[in-house]
Amino acid sequence: MAKFTDKNSYTILFTVIMVLVVGSLLAGVAQGLRGKISENERFEKQQNILYAMGIDDNEGAGSVTFIPTKEVEATFHKYIKKQLVIQGDEATEDENAYLIDIKKEESHASDDPNYKRKLPLFIGEKDGMTYYIIPMRGKGLWDAIWGYVSLDKDFVVEGVFFDHKGETPGLGANIKERFFMDDFKGEQIMNGNDFEGITVAKGNNDPLNERKEDHKVDALAGATITGNGVTAMIKKDVARYIPYLEKIKNGQ
Amino acid sequence: MGLLSKKDSKLILDPLADNNPITIQVLGICSALAITAQLKASIVMALSVMVVLAVGNVVISLLRNVIPGKIRIIAQLIIVAALVIIVDQVLKAFAYELSKQLSVFIGLIITNCIIMGRFEAFALANKPWRSFLDGIGNAAGYGLILIIVGFFRELLGSGTLLGFKVLGDPIAKTGLYAFGYENNGFMLLSPMALIVIGIIIWVQRSRNKELIEEH
Repeated sequence: MAKFTDKNSYTILFTVIMVLVVGSLLAGVAQGLRGKISENERFEKQQNILYAMGIDDNEGAGSVTFIPTKEVEATFHKYIKKQLVIQGDEATEDENAYLIDIKKEESHASDDPNYKRKLPLFIGEKDGMTYYIIPMRGKGLWDAIWGYVSLDKDFVVEGVFFDHKGETPGLGANIKERFFMDDFKGEQIMNGNDFEGITVAKGNNDPLNERKEDHKVDALAGATITGNGVTAMIKKDVARYIPYLEKIKNGQ
Repeated sequence: MGLLSKKDSKLILDPLADNNPITIQVLGICSALAITAQLKASIVMALSVMVVLAVGNVVISLLRNVIPGKIRIIAQLIIVAALVIIVDQVLKAFAYELSKQLSVFIGLIITNCIIMGRFEAFALANKPWRSFLDGIGNAAGYGLILIIVGFFRELLGSGTLLGFKVLGDPIAKTGLYAFGYENNGFMLLSPMALIVIGIIIWVQRSRNKELIEEH
């Protein structure tokens, strides 16, 4: 006698029930945890922006340590004095500018050539210095990479933060480690009056990063494509802000 | 006799050596190559696989009499995918930092052939408790190899262990580096993981001649 599980009707019934059970289970879990997850993501963005302007809990030369999640909301509002949304020549203040989805802006802009991208810019102040923090988004080897770069009024990099979705652990994933990110501090992005960006260069042969004028930082071994992605991301996204930043610099 | 009967403890001990999922059954090689450049990543992956394999084995074992034979592979796939998604979501909500560190590993678990291999070969035919032990044992055997490979790759490739500079500072030329030692960058690339696993297989089979297949 054949087992009851071999019948076609049973197989179909089992499939339907399994899909319903698993589907509703996953939907329930996702729904139940959504609020908590989006709050975590919001705090993370704030931590990242603050990290780029040098507000962190780093000790010595170790690993990246953000300020604690509990304090991040208050700290964010203390140091970030202005959040601007730049659209064309206009800049408006928007206290939720940090929540603008750069990926969506990018796809809007590529779908519709007349669309004016919303470019969020964060202006922070610490110890009397003003920081202009620019969000970036680009492509690594496997998936998206993104980050923030903070500039002072002379277009010198004061700090960066990079993150990635799925770069290779131990290789490309190291763009979010301090030994890579710290190298960007003090680099120039302008060459005279022209925008040049910063190149992640193989054979730069400057492990201590003593040459700050060369627009280059040392690449990561085994992560060429991720490094090229970082270079391209900086060149592409920071360039969009240069006209506006020059206006600020010239006191307009 | 200890906590487990002889038959049960064999379920745990066998996959550690003579029936190791990586070196003998040659399963789960992809992830062993991809994520062993650092010791920490290896340990985290080993633990994640252990959780998913043990829980998944129990679930499959409980359902073993009601899963239709014709669609059992799809049923297994759905169960492991659902488990992995739940683990991922729960980590994102309650241990966000940890979930950031694990990032890609959690998703990679679904593709690990050891999981489907054990569901198919063991859990479908055995009771939940024995399936649980089998899951723990196989994940431990997998993790052991991952940790050995990760240890050598991080030590020889970056000169660090778990991020600590155990061989001195390569830039300031202290420790071993003062004598002209250099890190072998090749160790960080995937081919060296394959070579390290090959060496482990060689050592294991030369110590235990019974493992060598006749041709």
